[in-house]
Amino acid sequence: MPFETALRRHVISVLVENEPGVLARVIGLFSGRGYNIDSLTVAEVDAEKNLSRITVVTSGTAMVIEQIKAQLDRLVPVYRVVDLTEDGPHVARELALIKVAGTGDPRVEALRLADVFRARVVDATTESFVFEMTGAPEKIEAFVALMRPLGLIELARTGVAAIARGAAGLS
Amino acid sequence: MSADAETLSGAELVLRCLKDQGVDVIFGYPGGAVLPIYDALFQQNFVRHILVRHEQAAVHAAEGYARSTGKVGVVLVTSGPGATNAVTGLVDALMDSIPIVCLTGQVPTHLIGNDAFQEADTTGITRPATKHNYLVKNVDDLARVLHEAFYVARTGRPGPVVVDLPKDVLFARSAKLGEPTTTHRSYRPRTEPDAAAVSKAIALLKGAKKPIIYAGGGIINAGPEASRLLTDFVRLTGYPVTNTLMGLGAYPASDPQFLGMLGMHGTYEANLAMHGCDVMLNVGARFDDRITGRLRDFSPHSRKIHCDIDPSSINKNVAVDVAVVGDAAATLRALIAAWKADATPVDTKAIASWWRTIDGWRARDCLRFRQPTAPGSIIKPQYAVQRLYEICNESGRDTFITTEVGQHQMWAAQYFKFERPNRWMTSGGLGTMGYGLPSAMGVQIAHPEGLVIDIAGEASILMNIQEMSTLAQYRLPVKVFILNNEYMGMVRQWQELLHGGRYSESYSAALPDFVKLAESFHGVGLRAKTVDELDDVIREMIAVDRPVIADICVDQKENCFPMIPSGAAHNEMILGPEDEAPKQKGLPGVSEEGMVLV
Repeated sequence: MPFETALRRHVISVLVENEPGVLARVIGLFSGRGYNIDSLTVAEVDAEKNLSRITVVTSGTAMVIEQIKAQLDRLVPVYRVVDLTEDGPHVARELALIKVAGTGDPRVEALRLADVFRARVVDATTESFVFEMTGAPEKIEAFVALMRPLGLIELARTGVAAIARGAAGLS
Repeated sequence: MSADAETLSGAELVLRCLKDQGVDVIFGYPGGAVLPIYDALFQQNFVRHILVRHEQAAVHAAEGYARSTGKVGVVLVTSGPGATNAVTGLVDALMDSIPIVCLTGQVPTHLIGNDAFQEADTTGITRPATKHNYLVKNVDDLARVLHEAFYVARTGRPGPVVVDLPKDVLFARSAKLGEPTTTHRSYRPRTEPDAAAVSKAIALLKGAKKPIIYAGGGIINAGPEASRLLTDFVRLTGYPVTNTLMGLGAYPASDPQFLGMLGMHGTYEANLAMHGCDVMLNVGARFDDRITGRLRDFSPHSRKIHCDIDPSSINKNVAVDVAVVGDAAATLRALIAAWKADATPVDTKAIASWWRTIDGWRARDCLRFRQPTAPGSIIKPQYAVQRLYEICNESGRDTFITTEVGQHQMWAAQYFKFERPNRWMTSGGLGTMGYGLPSAMGVQIAHPEGLVIDIAGEASILMNIQEMSTLAQYRLPVKVFILNNEYMGMVRQWQELLHGGRYSESYSAALPDFVKLAESFHGVGLRAKTVDELDDVIREMIAVDRPVIADICVDQKENCFPMIPSGAAHNEMILGPEDEAPKQKGLPGVSEEGMVLV
């Protein structure tokens, strides 16, 4: 079989036992084996069953992506590994908090663009705004690029949370 | 829970779990954090504790015990340095898939994170060194976690599991006594192979004209039944078979269908058969870099079938055509059934022609060496191992071989023939010098009547030489057979081949007198300097019912051949010194790319 060298980006969901060290296991796996992490989010999703969900966006060759999934699945506290990119259509969203400082025209322009992008103002002073924005990473990146010349001074992003479209559930 | 429910201290729970798991021996070293467990050990009789002289040796001993019995090896060490000293052994067990449960002491929970005396972040340090690890913060979880640890260690692809035990948890009492488990919430290894994949594999195998079966340590891990099934399957097909370093003994070495070991120092016939085959069946091996050589030229014209219990081994290094995930024994059973059920005849003419090709490669006799026989002649290391094998064989005793790491290890793999599994214990994946002596100790504990020999080098043996003291304490008649060439031989060989013969720091200077060393550790020291002394020394070594160090002074210049240089392909093997190009020109096949490989 030929060795494929093209890099592809995959969104992978990992359902794990919510126990101490589980995130360190996942991160250690990526760093120890030299895999990329483009984004990683984790939070408890089922308190009763003690489950957390990790969403990791990674890139690699087809063989590396397959390895990443197999290696994740091998971790003892991992219940399921799902490749959302491979399995079909999915929704990926990220939340960003964007602080823009300025007065005069740039300030007005920032507010106008925020409206166009459906970003919400969650904090305001006479010389600054904090916008909250939810969307696909590309949308956030587009908005951030517009804010840079208008006085962007700080940015916080959550990383991607993702879920498959349709009626079927993960666990 | 009723008021009078039985409660046990954490330390007593540990002992009770060990008993429930059928553990009869543990290897350990005491210290402050594990004193409660040592106190509980003192007050019982079903678990025997073997006091090692260094925690690394405790893990290797447990590995030897596990590999020679198929049971889980158990280790008990204290916090801090006790745990960090065990790390090399844990990684060794991880790389070679050996089931180990290692109990480590820890400072009391309220001191964790305070840089307390003999505190180390054991679960943090051992996370990438183990299959799984636990920190038990509540005594009510202790029994469940311990039973789970045994389950995780021995099932699926086996491996080491650490359970970190804070001292206050060992004193606390609990009524939760637990029981051995056979399930896990999230960890569910697949053992039964997929029938469709098995029939695809059989279809490929039946149509093969130049097949090869390549079997590894997964067969050994699946138990002696897997070796019997492998032998049945190989004989059923009439196809050639080769074993990895880890798989030696999985198939009887004396069988005519056996091509010997493959890989960097494997036989010419095994490697060329791998290179030239049209269908490859890999059972329980992982396409390790010592096996494949240069990946893009690895077996370029074959369809490949990979059977492994670990899905992450599949398509990791080598992309395969058919993947069968399952236990090696279950997979071989399914392969045998499917082979018999499929009426397609094999191409006997093509197979006969393939065997003629292989016999041509065999005729090169790649393992031959010249041993001068005149009295006073220098001993060739290959000859020393060959005579050791022949004399052990004549003795009729059940013989177990462990090794250290280096040239002697490869000569042992090449010249000692194994007919059965669980008789060969070597550090394959990690390549840990100092593995052989403690491992032999664990083997001898498990097999008191067995003839247990550590084939060693004079450099490796010094890495855990302190265990001679353990041998003396427990009267373990382990034999240490040192091929003494006064060099870190494999380092010197690579310096000769790749670094212009500049032997930087590879000379074993200021060596001890191994005969006196043995005597000072209450053992017997023997020495052979010439070929005429060799047989007598081996015979005496075997006959003595005490620990023995046999110092075999061998030819210092001998190198390990055949050899696939790093970064070369299977068909670029060097057969012997006569194959070597002038040193300044470098070797054929040693590319710059190969130089950077280990």
